[in-house]
Amino acid sequence: MALEAATRDVPRVPWTRRHLLGLEELTRDELLAILDTAERFADAERRRKKRANLAGKVVVNLFFEPSTRTRTSFGLAARRLGADVLDFSSAGSSTSKGETFIDTAKNIEAMAVDLMVVRHASSGAPYLLAQHIQCGIINAGDGAHEHPTQGLLDMFTIRQKKGRLEGLTVALVGDILHSRVARSNIHGLLKLGAKVIVCGPPTLVPPAITELGVEMSYSLEQILPRCDVINMLRIQFERQRSGLFPSVAEYARLFAMDGARLRKAKPDLLLLAPGPINRGVEITPEVADGPHSAILQQVANGLAVRMAVLHLLCGQPGEA
Amino acid sequence: MNLLRITNGRVIDPAQDLDRAADLWIQGEAVLAIGPRPDLLPNQVLDAAGKIVCPGLIDMHVHLREPGREEDETIATGTSAALAGGVTTVACMPNTEPAIDHQAAAEFVYLQAERAGNANVYPIGCITKGRRGAELAEIGGLVDGGAVAFTDDDSPVVSAETMRRALEYCRMFDKPVLSHAEDPELTRDGVMHEGAASMRLGVRGMPAAAEEVMIHRDIELARLTRGRLHVLHVSTAGGVELIRRAKERGVQVTGEANPHHFLLTDRALCGFDSNYKMNPPLRTDLDVRAVIEGLKDGTLDVIASDHSPLAVEKKMRELDQAPFGVIGLETLLPVCVTALVEPGHLTWPRLIEKLTVRPARILGIEQGTLKPGAAADVTIIDPAAEWTIDVTRFRSKSRNSPFGGLTVRGRAVAVILGGELRYEL
Repeated sequence: MALEAATRDVPRVPWTRRHLLGLEELTRDELLAILDTAERFADAERRRKKRANLAGKVVVNLFFEPSTRTRTSFGLAARRLGADVLDFSSAGSSTSKGETFIDTAKNIEAMAVDLMVVRHASSGAPYLLAQHIQCGIINAGDGAHEHPTQGLLDMFTIRQKKGRLEGLTVALVGDILHSRVARSNIHGLLKLGAKVIVCGPPTLVPPAITELGVEMSYSLEQILPRCDVINMLRIQFERQRSGLFPSVAEYARLFAMDGARLRKAKPDLLLLAPGPINRGVEITPEVADGPHSAILQQVANGLAVRMAVLHLLCGQPGEA
Repeated sequence: MNLLRITNGRVIDPAQDLDRAADLWIQGEAVLAIGPRPDLLPNQVLDAAGKIVCPGLIDMHVHLREPGREEDETIATGTSAALAGGVTTVACMPNTEPAIDHQAAAEFVYLQAERAGNANVYPIGCITKGRRGAELAEIGGLVDGGAVAFTDDDSPVVSAETMRRALEYCRMFDKPVLSHAEDPELTRDGVMHEGAASMRLGVRGMPAAAEEVMIHRDIELARLTRGRLHVLHVSTAGGVELIRRAKERGVQVTGEANPHHFLLTDRALCGFDSNYKMNPPLRTDLDVRAVIEGLKDGTLDVIASDHSPLAVEKKMRELDQAPFGVIGLETLLPVCVTALVEPGHLTWPRLIEKLTVRPARILGIEQGTLKPGAAADVTIIDPAAEWTIDVTRFRSKSRNSPFGGLTVRGRAVAVILGGELRYEL
């Protein structure tokens, strides 16, 4: 099969993993391999080349929790690489007919699937699946545990905008307790040499978080001047118990990124948000749409990062 | 009548403060004597050289699941598992379907145990009707039906008033109230211990304080009522300390430890394996050390398994969806030997005390000793046997053990029940 020049540019990296379950288990070199691969795809993607790295492969989106962005991003990434893509969505933790999650996955795997992209409301669900099925698994978000491709695309965006990760101070603001994005960011950023501060009310930022090697703060005002990057996490209304903060209004008053706060930050502050954002809660509209924000850039980069992951896990070795 | 001589063994019977090389003589269904009896001619001899000969072990915290959840375990399979673990007497928990909350239900347990003919089984009755935490169950009727203690185990008694009345009412029968100490608001939707590991895994935690506040409450209620309180599965350093101080103040309280709580920590959950999910959950190194310290200084009187069988398909689920519970009858002894005797925390007599006479006294039952005239329930242990736990070989119907694959020391090699050799490795 004739290959496009851009595909041949993708570097051969020593990639041995069958699954991408989380960033905690990846080495620094593996993280860099994904980011570097994604960079080549991002360049090539501007030229909209269709590739055949995953020709003949079947990728299934197995989503047990609602998602728009991640599911479409994975679907498009797989199609761009020439894979056949199946979509399976189910609202609950098991299907409506009472079949268990593992049985559902086994049945789908029986259709000669090469890769499963799994999202699930239970932390650890992709790990359980990895013990019971043979095909490769990409964790597309498990409960409050990890969301590795979101962490990767956040890091990719920071590296793109700032030229580096090492030595930067990155704050994760908001609902750390329930955020899988926070955990993936923490593991990835620390391994690549960034300093990480987590910030939010104590009910959403438990002290045990410092054991992951991050600084903890309850005051956005105090940490703001030191930050090169701020990642505004969404309040996970669907995962929370009630009563963790008195009201959305009070949360916004203490932790939302608005114009007044932005003026206290470094002039080149980079503002990220994993989305979907609750406009007016974590971030005011003028800031979300302002010059510091890279929110839409993140979405575009998500495609390149996911292509890189799909390619590394299951691309034809001869075509890489 | 059959006359059995068990010879060359190290006989340990903490009820008699006995630990020496001696012959144990069994006539018919009862212990006849300990020591040299040149006047007797046995018609059966068991050589126990290098072995420990002790009263049949008692596990006072077992879920046999019958009636209602026979897919997990039955009284027959659970008691068969007990014998293979060297356990000759179990007390079974009342969270069956229907619950053991009335006399006929307690009598059903005896009937099924007799049909199975394996280990001795004592039913534990509910504190409240249907374990709903509101009205007291007919405790007098349950006592008539043979219930030896009272608990709503697996559900805490949320109402302090109800717990107070239960402790008071049970005094009339001199029965203990067994507390499952957990504040359910603090543990709502919890999956594992709340701490660094739950934070890392993004799994909802249950703080140690949920256990500690309830132990504190129940101790104060025991003091108020002068009732007899036994705290089940103490898992926290704070809980151990509360019981220690209560004992110093003369409150009638005893404490229990489960093997998983003194061998494993919450880090075991890093692979999201539901075989490490139980309630109370695996805690931290600090808590493990405190539970061991509590066993050493006598704060914790009893070791029990909290054997909680769950069919494979129930456990093979997402960690937060899988039910709580692990089995332990067939691993109780070797895990105790490996975690407590081998490192020098407990001597053999102190361990056997917590597995025989201590639970017997709490429950007010006659088992747990080799005194002449006592029922001849005897466990013969090879203290040096090294083996690897293989869940596929369990007699229990279920496989949900957190100890599969673990290499352990110590094993029951023969079990005598009522004078009859009922298990031999």
